[in-house]
Amino acid sequence: MIVAERKPMEAVASLVAPYERILVVGCGECVTVCMAGGEKEVEVMASALRLMRGKEGRPVTVETETVQRQCEPEYLVPLDKKAEAAEVILSMGCGVGVQFLAERFAQRWVVPALDTKFAGGVREAGVWEERCGLCGDCVLHLTGGICPVIRCSKSLLNGPCGGSHGGNCEIKRETRCAWQLIYDRLKGLGRLELLTPVLPPKDWSTARDGGPRQVVREDARL
Amino acid sequence: MKAGGRLEALLERGEFVVTAEVGPPKGASSKGIRSHAALLKDFVDAINITDNQTAIVRLCSLAGALHVLAEGAEPVMQITCRDRNRIAIQSDVLGAASLGIKNILCLTGDHQSFGNHPGARNVFDLDSIQLISMLKGMRDEKRFQCGEEMKVEPRIFIGAAENPFADPLEFRAVRLAKKVAAGADFIQTQGIFDLERFHRFMEAVREAGLHKRVAILAGVIPAKSFGAMKYMSTVPGMSIPRALLDRMKAAEKPEEEGVNICVELIRELRKVEGVRGVHIMAVAWESIVPTIVERAGLLPRPQAALPA
Ligand code: SF4
Ligand code: SF4
Repeated sequence: MIVAERKPMEAVASLVAPYERILVVGCGECVTVCMAGGEKEVEVMASALRLMRGKEGRPVTVETETVQRQCEPEYLVPLDKKAEAAEVILSMGCGVGVQFLAERFAQRWVVPALDTKFAGGVREAGVWEERCGLCGDCVLHLTGGICPVIRCSKSLLNGPCGGSHGGNCEIKRETRCAWQLIYDRLKGLGRLELLTPVLPPKDWSTARDGGPRQVVREDARL
Repeated sequence: MKAGGRLEALLERGEFVVTAEVGPPKGASSKGIRSHAALLKDFVDAINITDNQTAIVRLCSLAGALHVLAEGAEPVMQITCRDRNRIAIQSDVLGAASLGIKNILCLTGDHQSFGNHPGARNVFDLDSIQLISMLKGMRDEKRFQCGEEMKVEPRIFIGAAENPFADPLEFRAVRLAKKVAAGADFIQTQGIFDLERFHRFMEAVREAGLHKRVAILAGVIPAKSFGAMKYMSTVPGMSIPRALLDRMKAAEKPEEEGVNICVELIRELRKVEGVRGVHIMAVAWESIVPTIVERAGLLPRPQAALPA
């Protein structure tokens, strides 16, 4: 899933400070699961904004709505009326959601309440961790299902750097060294031979380096 | 000869070589590098010029290498993968070779979070092994990484680093083998204090026959004080035995003891089968290198007859 985190409350408040009619829009997918922008967080946000502005003596009208997905135009249709009435739309979706809202509501100012972090998952309750760098050419079959592109701080494809220590990455003690994980797993599976060949430079044109990407599926087009 | 430099010539002749390291300044002055190069030139066979070491902005390694050349010494230009992509690196390599630089050391590079611009974006388009392989392709096949041909290839003696003490330990010799397979001509190791672990590493290296295919220069670092050695012992991928730390702690003249330890290590390393030289890393203490080389019995340095 896409993992996001709410911006500091003061930062969010300043984004909507000039406005008196705010629509806060949540999303029912990833950001609900990572507890950043689902229905619950939307309500908390709305109350917090009302409270802050009330204290400042500049009361606001805050409407809320949580759609199933912000990243698909058809799910945004039910927002039309509320969007029309608002001066600003505060999206609690990921960066994708914010942009889809901005596209649909061309006449409205749309701002992000979240910082979109990474593609990852839950490691343990309350801890989300990055797992995929969205490189567009997956190499997990070569590395035992552990991503060297994003989980190694230097995206090394041919084994650990000289700083791997005690299973941790040199840059942060709390970050596991991806190459230690890869080594341990391949060793456990008796597949260490996968680490012998020199992997050639990756073709990054499939990643963000190739420019904004699109996936087109002819069979799914109308 | 692959590149025709002095380091290569001496190794080919079977000499036990000595290299040292000089860190460029955090400013636009050539003075420090020039004076260090002048000081070291009769005591070492080549001088490494670091590439923005620990991710701190310094005068670039290409310019640094030229200052070394201008003093009549032979540079080893270091290149990391952190700040430049394959386009920039190949361009730098062509430029360096055109200016007479014969040796390039290929490194992954310290992460920028260690340096003075932690907000920088890193590159890591290639890793150090791919960098080695790219240089070899340029030199031996006259091809750019993309496959296109070039008319005049860069004649470069290709170096790489290896850390025998980093984890996973069992993988270290395999990683060295990959560097050799990719085309490394010489290796400079991380600073060695832990001889026992280094011996074990070299056993694995000899078992794989790697010492016959690549010239391994053992890295040493003179410690100036107990504090300095203690700090080094906390750096990921460094291994310093308790006994050495104790010696430094007890020393009345720590600088002297640091040199003593360094000299002893060099004498021991010289006996290890497959070690073809030493690489003395005395960054910020370059002036001590002549003393170390002399006391380790490595003088006079041999002359190399170089092609005109
Ligand atoms: S190799 Fe690429 S696609 Fe596969 S997990 Fe890593 S970043 Fe994602
Ligand atoms: S310590 Fe491990 S994860 Fe960190 S940069 Fe080095 S190889 Fe990558």
